[in-house]
Amino acid sequence: MPMSPTRTQRRAPSPSWHGLLWGLVLLALIPLNSLADALDAALIDLSDRSFEVKQAAVEVIAVSGDPRALKVLEALLDGDLYARTSDRRPVLAAASPAGFRLRDALEGTDLGEADRRDIRKITINNRMRTQLRSAIAALTLASPDAVLRLSAARELLGDPDPLVVEAIRAQFEREEDKQVRDSLALALALASLRDEDPEARLSGVSALAGSLDPSARNALTRLLGEETDPHVRAGAQRVLAGIEQKLKLNAAAETLFFGLSLGSVLVLAAIGLAITFGVMGVINMAHGELIMIGAYSTYLVQQAMPGLIDYSLFVAIPAAFLIAGLLGVLIERTVIRFLYGRPLETLLATFGISLILQQLVRTTISAQNVAVQNPSWMSGALQINPALALTYSRLYILVFALLVFLALLLILKRTALGLQVRAVSQNRSMARALGVRSARVDALTFGLGAGVAGVAGVALSQLTNVGPNMGQAYIIDSFMVVVFGGVGNLWGTLVAGLTLGVANKLMEPWAGAVLAKILVLVFIILFIQKRPRGLFPQRGRAADG
Amino acid sequence: MKAVGQLRESMRKDRQWSFMYSLLDVELDLSLGVILYLEGVSVSFDGFKAIDNLSFYVNAGELRCVIGPNGAGKTTMMDIITGKTRPDTGSAYFGRTIDLLRLSEPEIAALGIGRKFQKPTVFEHHSVFENLELAMAGDKRVFPTLFARLTGEQRDRIHEVLGIIGLQGQTQRAAGALSHGQKQWLEIGMLLMQDPHLLLVDEPVAGMTHQEMDRTAELLLSLEGRHSVVVVEHDMDFVRSIAKRVTVLHQGSVLAEGSMDEVQNDPRVVEVYLGE
Amino acid sequence: MGLVRVTRDDKGGQAMLAILMIVAVVVPLLNLAVPASSPWHVSTYTVTLLGKYLTYALLAVAVDLVWGYLGILSLGHAAFFGLGGYAMGMYLMRQIGDRGVYGHPVLPDFMVFLNWQELPWFWHGFDLFWFAALMAILVPGALAFVFGYLAFRSRVTGVYLSIMTQALTYALMLAFFRNEMGFGGNNGLTDFKDMLGFDLTSDATRVGLFLASALALALGYLACRFIVTSRLGRVAVAIRDAEARTRFLGYRVDRVKLALFTFSAMLAGVAGALYVPQVGIINPGELSPLNSIELVIWVAVGGRATLYGAVIGAILVNYGKTYFTGAFPEAWLFALGALFVVVTLFLPRGIAGVVGMLRTWRRPRSSNGSQPEARG
Repeated sequence: MPMSPTRTQRRAPSPSWHGLLWGLVLLALIPLNSLADALDAALIDLSDRSFEVKQAAVEVIAVSGDPRALKVLEALLDGDLYARTSDRRPVLAAASPAGFRLRDALEGTDLGEADRRDIRKITINNRMRTQLRSAIAALTLASPDAVLRLSAARELLGDPDPLVVEAIRAQFEREEDKQVRDSLALALALASLRDEDPEARLSGVSALAGSLDPSARNALTRLLGEETDPHVRAGAQRVLAGIEQKLKLNAAAETLFFGLSLGSVLVLAAIGLAITFGVMGVINMAHGELIMIGAYSTYLVQQAMPGLIDYSLFVAIPAAFLIAGLLGVLIERTVIRFLYGRPLETLLATFGISLILQQLVRTTISAQNVAVQNPSWMSGALQINPALALTYSRLYILVFALLVFLALLLILKRTALGLQVRAVSQNRSMARALGVRSARVDALTFGLGAGVAGVAGVALSQLTNVGPNMGQAYIIDSFMVVVFGGVGNLWGTLVAGLTLGVANKLMEPWAGAVLAKILVLVFIILFIQKRPRGLFPQRGRAADG
Repeated sequence: MKAVGQLRESMRKDRQWSFMYSLLDVELDLSLGVILYLEGVSVSFDGFKAIDNLSFYVNAGELRCVIGPNGAGKTTMMDIITGKTRPDTGSAYFGRTIDLLRLSEPEIAALGIGRKFQKPTVFEHHSVFENLELAMAGDKRVFPTLFARLTGEQRDRIHEVLGIIGLQGQTQRAAGALSHGQKQWLEIGMLLMQDPHLLLVDEPVAGMTHQEMDRTAELLLSLEGRHSVVVVEHDMDFVRSIAKRVTVLHQGSVLAEGSMDEVQNDPRVVEVYLGE
Repeated sequence: MGLVRVTRDDKGGQAMLAILMIVAVVVPLLNLAVPASSPWHVSTYTVTLLGKYLTYALLAVAVDLVWGYLGILSLGHAAFFGLGGYAMGMYLMRQIGDRGVYGHPVLPDFMVFLNWQELPWFWHGFDLFWFAALMAILVPGALAFVFGYLAFRSRVTGVYLSIMTQALTYALMLAFFRNEMGFGGNNGLTDFKDMLGFDLTSDATRVGLFLASALALALGYLACRFIVTSRLGRVAVAIRDAEARTRFLGYRVDRVKLALFTFSAMLAGVAGALYVPQVGIINPGELSPLNSIELVIWVAVGGRATLYGAVIGAILVNYGKTYFTGAFPEAWLFALGALFVVVTLFLPRGIAGVVGMLRTWRRPRSSNGSQPEARG
């Protein structure tokens, strides 16, 4: 039940609230033990039938400042608090063979078994719920745990009561944790927007300048709706415009992030193809299925180590590389090597292979999608500010795509295999004459490209559904990225993938996802006809063929 | 009436849109006796200057040989003349008036510049006769080609060329089944069918036996006078047997030009060929 | 006289046309004149199935024209076929009139379902058969023309062109999947009632459509033969084998390609238009990348650059598909996949090539050298 304070509530807080909050303010001044007796009495009062009595009791418990009181109030709010019929003492009850096992609500001591007639649930109403939430938050504000204090501070954002405000201010004075302080400052600024004094409202408005918290924007918008003072209005308008501007920037940053994330997926999907198609000139229509095989490798690895999902990806990456890579070598040795120099036939044969691989997975595993789990460290998001959160899964995959890219670049530029690959791709017969075993290089290169496709599959399994058809979704995109970037140019593939990803996400808000994709495809089709060699063409006589 | 005539003239499609203006109508202007002008031409690939400020002229009816070491830019020069490669700077004129740099390959071919490639490229699936038929000068647009039929006159012309290149007995044979030398001749025959003003012949005797070479020399010499011919060749004996005037290319520009003897005695040429 | 030139030296084509003619006479007779109880009776289901195969065969002939003779491996013919089909589907949709589920006099059901108030502009005119028939040819032709104009002018060739045509098909499929496009989205166009006033479910109409398909195949085949036996056909093969050389002979390679590609797309459109009334539905699935490539393999199986091979391949592969998906549904994709691999590796000239080889075996070798193997 979210709190939705209205203006009338702000002007006239209920009397019982005063008591509670004054108590909180005085908390620091009054010695704890002088309140101990009152606490005991109040605990008994909780089982009273009258809600007024119960409310008063909650006040007293809250004011007691007893750290154990928090538990009692939380149990009450959650509906877990019972009263023992014999002595009206509040207890926590857990189901047990005999009926219930009771524990003292305050002390936590075991009170033995009880029948269901021995206890009675302490009921609360909505009003009490609101009261309890504020009381719990105010109590938590004083908690030694910074994380708890932060969540309490956020809970109190927009709470209208001047006494809550006092409590916040008191905590603000002694707060040392930066984050909690910021949150408390925001709460104070929001509260001052409701102040009678225009000066105070104006200072509250200025304090909100640049805040990205949604509550700040909402409060300012609401203030503009009812504010009469021209200065405050002008100030609020200015600050709100500033916030809107900043929100727009953040939204742009978010779009960019989504775009780069999609781009990284495209790069991952295309990078293996950049090797087989770009470097070797082999049209591998089964590329998407190699990605699919990589994703299924992840699934199988997770099946094999069910308790260790968090570590599964570190096993799955090499496994997928090996499985897809070996499959690639097999395909190269049995089919593709007979078709060098006949690209259209290669296209058809590898398409046939893609059909076989799809059906193989359908027959041996399942025609349905399989569930690949995300490790816990992939879930959650990196909160840059209240308006911008980057999900870890996307962030990791972006980084992973770049790592794979760099690794490939190193392999091609710095290793003996890379040198041989480039030699064979530029002049097969010359490379042969120089002693390069071109057949072995072909097989290894194709295996490398296939292996990278498998690794891409591991990453994609974390983002999308894993099923026998998943490869088909990537094959056209992958070719588009490679062709757009310029065949034979790894950097081109990187730039093209990221560009297309961002372009797609930029268009999505006004065109919708499908239309954006269509537009991107049409754009590439037109672009290739203007510049047949892509973004970064390889120029020269050799390229003329 | 005159006004109507003017109006009609101004409404002519080919005057409205330059692309409809048929370039084939332009007369080849040989009034200075020169058929090909290349002036100050440069082209580079990835920073490598394949042609460097080259100027090269061919007289009408002349048989010119071009020699030069590998990478001297001989093939690239031919690519520029036939429109395959666009130079970075410089000009290329066919006769005095026709700017070759503004034309596409088929347009240049239609103007009467024929080319024989280094590697013999005949249409292997077509018969010798069909190869010559396809090369024949005439209307090469899509629909006229679809409905084209051979006239008796054209048939005679094909047989005449078959005689020149010595392939009378092979008329119906698939071109792919010919020997290497026969393919070279067939390709020269295809050039002749185009009835070009200028023939560019790239390494016509590569891989030929001596008898075949002699025949080829005979063939090329017979063309002199009626056609202008530029022959690029490596084989010095062959060049000596046909050349009156020889141009030596080196590093993308003209190193020397003159008779075979002059060129052979030029110290710069000797240095380039015999090495440092 | 033209017919003589076109069919001369085409033993395979003559045989194919003869069989087609016999089938076109016998099958309708066995369906309409022979009682259903007789073992000689051919069911209407079979007639429709055969009619469907014939439209596929026409599509395959269209693909062979550009792939076999011009070297353009188009993966866009499923799109042209689909567009032709949609044009016809729109006519059939309009013919439903107020007999739809919602009973709207003008709007097709799916539009009523989407709460559309009026017919989109591009649906006008499709209530007229001649207009729809014209569009079934012109729309694929126009798309092929625009795409080809751009592609051939900038010399996009080989696999690049294949991938681009595939992307085109894919983009089109995605577009047709959208409800907003106004072509029924996912479900496509279906629930057709009648055509030119004939009930689509009646045996006579089915036979009529079968005959129309056979006629279209025969005419399409002869038209393609006319092209490939003309000098233009020889220019096309010249382009396939040595494009640059052809250009230096003075032929406008881009225009030749454009003309044949556009014609081929129109033929595919006709096939699509005949296909839809027989199967009773057209949806975006027809435009899927799989379909685009599958129809190429029909041609490869039959034998490229023979035209009649395309007919054989289309009918055989589709018969196989019908059989497998009925008997062993699991095995069909294995079989199709293996077909792709086996044909490209071991039968580069397809069935027609095997037949030709057997024939040269039986006869002693003639003075003419062996035909070099076709390359693509």
